[in-house]
Amino acid sequence: MAAQLFAFIPHANSRIDDTAPELAAAAERLFPGVPVTALVTGAAEGLEAAAAEATRFFPEVWKFAHADLAYPNAEILRPLLARVLPRGAVVLFTHNTLAMDLAPGLAVKLDAAYLPDVVAFEGLEGTQLRAVRQEFNGQVSTHVACDLAGGAVVTLRSGCFPAAGELSAAGRVVDRSGDVQGIAARRRFLEVVAAEVGDVDITKEEVLVSVGRGIGDKENLPVAEELAEALGAVVSCSRPVVDAKWLDKSRQVGTSGKTVKPKVYLALGISGSFQHLGGIKGNPFIVAVNKNPKAPIFQVAQVGVVADLLEFAPVLTEAVRKAR
Amino acid sequence: MNILVCVKRVPDTAENEIEVRPDGTDIRREDLVYSVNEWDNYAVEEAIQIAERTGGSVTVATVGDADAEEVVRREMAMGAQQGLMLTDAAFEGSDGRGIAEILKAAVARGAYDLVLCGAQADDGAGQVGGMLAALLDWPYASLVNHIEVLEGKKLRIGREIEGGNQERSEIDLPCVLSIQTGINEPRYVGIRGIRKVASVEIPVLGAADLGLDPSRVGRAACRVRKLDYFVPPAGAGAEILQGSPEEIAARLVDLLKAKGGLK
Ligand SMILES: Cc1cc2nc3c(=O)[nH]c(=O)nc-3n(C[C@H](O)[C@H](O)[C@H](O)COP(=O)(O)OP(=O)(O)OC[C@H]3O[C@@H](n4cnc5c(N)ncnc54)[C@H](O)[C@@H]3O)c2cc1C
Ligand SMILES: Cc1cc2nc3c(=O)[nH]c(=O)nc-3n(C[C@H](O)[C@H](O)[C@H](O)COP(=O)(O)OP(=O)(O)OC[C@H]3O[C@@H](n4cnc5c(N)ncnc54)[C@H](O)[C@@H]3O)c2cc1C
Repeated sequence: MAAQLFAFIPHANSRIDDTAPELAAAAERLFPGVPVTALVTGAAEGLEAAAAEATRFFPEVWKFAHADLAYPNAEILRPLLARVLPRGAVVLFTHNTLAMDLAPGLAVKLDAAYLPDVVAFEGLEGTQLRAVRQEFNGQVSTHVACDLAGGAVVTLRSGCFPAAGELSAAGRVVDRSGDVQGIAARRRFLEVVAAEVGDVDITKEEVLVSVGRGIGDKENLPVAEELAEALGAVVSCSRPVVDAKWLDKSRQVGTSGKTVKPKVYLALGISGSFQHLGGIKGNPFIVAVNKNPKAPIFQVAQVGVVADLLEFAPVLTEAVRKAR
Repeated sequence: MNILVCVKRVPDTAENEIEVRPDGTDIRREDLVYSVNEWDNYAVEEAIQIAERTGGSVTVATVGDADAEEVVRREMAMGAQQGLMLTDAAFEGSDGRGIAEILKAAVARGAYDLVLCGAQADDGAGQVGGMLAALLDWPYASLVNHIEVLEGKKLRIGREIEGGNQERSEIDLPCVLSIQTGINEPRYVGIRGIRKVASVEIPVLGAADLGLDPSRVGRAACRVRKLDYFVPPAGAGAEILQGSPEEIAARLVDLLKAKGGLK
């Protein structure tokens, strides 16, 4: 099938996101040889720089400049994209917090299929795209068939498609700013408030003892704290531990928490969701302790212990103390 | 303010190992413990707190079969005044868009100022809230972790974005918000609370009651079809240490020393 292909390019601080070349690669995997149009929205110098950089990966870049787009407000972007995209278009997004805001409603406005958080494409049969998604925090995967006949909005998990190389000849920028006129936003952006700074900076630590929901209760935290103390490490955690107010937000590892780069990461009672793993960089030595042998964390850890952490962690603490 | 909260009954991943059936058509559902989607519990708590501040009432709705009634009742035990079951054979196999169409019809029958969803459910899709807003043509915000009611039919809201930063904006009512975990501390529901609402009548509405064209929902209307479930072949994966806890711990200490984990 012939489709018109688009990729929405996230950018910040005058740089396109690392996922932009991944979108180009995914599009090539989907429809080999079909040119992809990049969509870049924003204001002033930041936009100009991002649009220029996007031409290194996309043959055509539509640029939308408007003061109201200086911050990406989905309530303005959605009607804008619904206005400029042709019916039947296939539009790729990075599965980030902006796409979660913008994309499901855009699919409705374009009367297109919506295929969120894809981790792989497995080919096209007629108008049916075969793709892989995950459910239950990565415990199981599914093959899904998405009908592209009426167009589709697809969001891609970052890091799942290898980044495309640069084009041999840079693409061209087309100024579509005239299309932004007359969109009244019913949600008005005010400000971004930076996450609070805590008592420790887990991003600077070399050894982290990280606890997840498997810790069970706030009262069990000393089990991890004592292990951390014995190791000379610091305690970090997954999101549910923060939601339950057992630890401070500044201790949370993940896409909506901190990005850490330790040498060693001990994951105690953490299942290994992609939002959690997204906050662990620099290929640390990961040790996972989990009572479920099928927990996805064992896929990314170097060493695993299948055990109840409340029983095993004290034994390890004792062994570490003795080794001193 | 009158608030509708959409809730989904899902297998509780904290309680279960999720396994695929040998034929790959589904996960093994026989022995699963189900509960209300984690995110939806925060949404119901938030709705109750808003209604306590501003007056008005909270209605909890779900699209599902008779089994789903238990989660509606649980959320009523938390303090939602009304429940709503959206049940019909024609709804079975709906994709996210289909679920949103059904919920839209339910919203249209009431007089709601605000609709709350969870940010995502067990499928990890995070689609229904945004689709529902688009179908209603109401403004929308996802991943909401703060809500303040302002004068003049407006809210001030916070959205949790990358890095845990918070994006603040003002949004006009009526609107749809999808709620991120951690926005509040959902109240505990005891067995007594559940008993109190055990005999409350919960209306059940089907396609005809909702004036829904059955061709817009259900399996036939799906643009995204689930083909099968599978567990990806294990990659390199972790080396699982074997032995007694003491033996494993001794081995780990050696490994940690070698990797710089023992300072
Ligand atoms: C937009 C968005 C952003 C998010 N950002 C983040 C983020 O930044 N960081 C983050 O962590 N999550 C984030 N999440 C949440 C994420 O999707 C998962 O829900 C979360 O990571 C799960 O945390 P967990 O692994 O601790 O809990 P669970 O998935 O519930 O896993 C608990 C694990 O503990 C094991 N366990 C239970 N008891 C024991 C025991 N006694 N001994 C040993 N093992 C045990 C279980 O087998 C299970 O594997 C985000 C979600 C969304 C939608
Ligand atoms: C056996 C089986 C077969 C299925 N087959 C398909 C298929 O072929 N194609 C397909 O696309 N999907 C299929 N589904 C998925 C199913 O239709 C999902 O319920 C639907 O996609 C919406 O859920 P979600 O997890 O995507 O919701 P999300 O968009 O992730 O959920 C966000 C929020 O929307 C609200 N919400 C979601 N679902 C409901 C609900 N039922 N009632 C009230 N509020 C709700 C809640 O507030 C929730 O927090 C199947 C499901 C099952 C169990």
